This record gives sequence, structure tokens and C-alpha cells, in this order.
Amino acid sequence: MTLLITLMAAVISTVIWYVSDKARKLKTGVLCCSFWGAALMWLVDAVFEYRELKAGFFVPDGQDMLNDSFLGLSVVALALIVWVVTVLIKDPDGVLKSKK
Amino acid sequence: MACFIVPVSEAIVTTVAEKIVKKHEDRTDIKECDGKIPFSKKLKVLNSMLWGGSGLLAFEHVWHGEVTPWFPFLTNAANPVDLAEMLHEMATVGTTMALLVTAVWGVSMFAIEKIRNRKTDGANEEETAV
Repeated sequence: MTLLITLMAAVISTVIWYVSDKARKLKTGVLCCSFWGAALMWLVDAVFEYRELKAGFFVPDGQDMLNDSFLGLSVVALALIVWVVTVLIKDPDGVLKSKK
Repeated sequence: MACFIVPVSEAIVTTVAEKIVKKHEDRTDIKECDGKIPFSKKLKVLNSMLWGGSGLLAFEHVWHGEVTPWFPFLTNAANPVDLAEMLHEMATVGTTMALLVTAVWGVSMFAIEKIRNRKTDGANEEETAV
């Protein structure tokens, strides 16, 4: 579930980055790269887990799935917080700069 | 367990490499032209993938209680049996993660360069036709 949620976040952020000029200015590229990087790493993790569990990998127990989903959403929230802080620090539109 | 340490190590190396390449490009006045992306910009994408990915992966390890804020920071480093297992996982899973991210970055940069060249060639052909 963590992998799926991160993959969905990666695809959505990439589409936003591609279609919106404003989004590109707001450094969504960093967010895309982070999500893709994490998704690729979890993909490797999933492949190694599959090699161990075989078919059992596709029938996780409910509690694990819930925990993984919660983790996936927390990961997306953390990445968004880091991105917002980066945007505020870099201030690409100069909104926070003092006006003379 | 601690597989994220391998991509973090690679990220440190590529960040230093990016700074060196950027300095060299600034000195030799290399700019974005003819559809070519400066290598420092390409390295920046790899850095974002590695730092972002391993940062989120580290968060997962904290979530599962495998990383602690006190020494030895990794719960598996506390006893030799777990340590050996952890090192094995770093060598297999961690290395594969770093290699896959680098491979995907390499392929995507190659594809982007090709697409940009195709667009530049198309524009040049249109100019000569006019």
C-alpha cells in the first residue's frame, strides 16, 4: 500500500508539474523527484519481499494493510510539508520579501 | 532495516559532484543551449531523487522503530547477529535501490535529451523551410 500510495502521488505531482507553468515555478519538480525516488526504492523492497513470500505477498493481513496505508499517507504528508517549507524558504515569487 | 543508508551515501557523493561540476561550468561559461542540459542540472535531478527517496524511506524506518534517536541509532546494530543481517540487506536491497534509481535517472535524462533534440531539429527545419 505504501508503494501504491507513493506511486499515485508521484504520477499526480508529475502531471501537475507538466501541465502548470505556475507549479513548475513553485518547485514541484523536487516533489516529483522525491516521490519517484521513494517509489522506486519501495519497488525494490517489494520485489525482495515477493521473492521471500511468493503468492503470500498479494494477500496481506488487514492490520498490516491498514498500517501500510496510514504510513503511505504520512509519507505523502511529510513530503508535502518539506516541499511547502522549501517553497517558503526559497520564495520564488518574492511574496515574503519586504516591499520597499 | 537500514537499506536507505546506501542511497544516502550515493546522494552525498553526487551532491559533492554536482557542486564541483557546477563550479566548472560557471568557470567555462557553459549554458543551456542547442537542446543540451548542463550536467550539473541533470545531477540535481538525481540528487533530488536520492535525497527525497531515502529521506522518505528513513521515515518508514523510524515508523517501524528500526531507527532510534539514541546510539547506535539503528536497532539492528545492537547485536552481532542482527548487524550481519542488516549489512546483508544493505548489500542486496540497498545497492539494488541505488542502482535502480540511478538507472531510471540515466534513461530519463537520455530520453529528455533526445526529445529536446527532436524539438530543436524540428524548429531548425521549419526555419530553413520558411
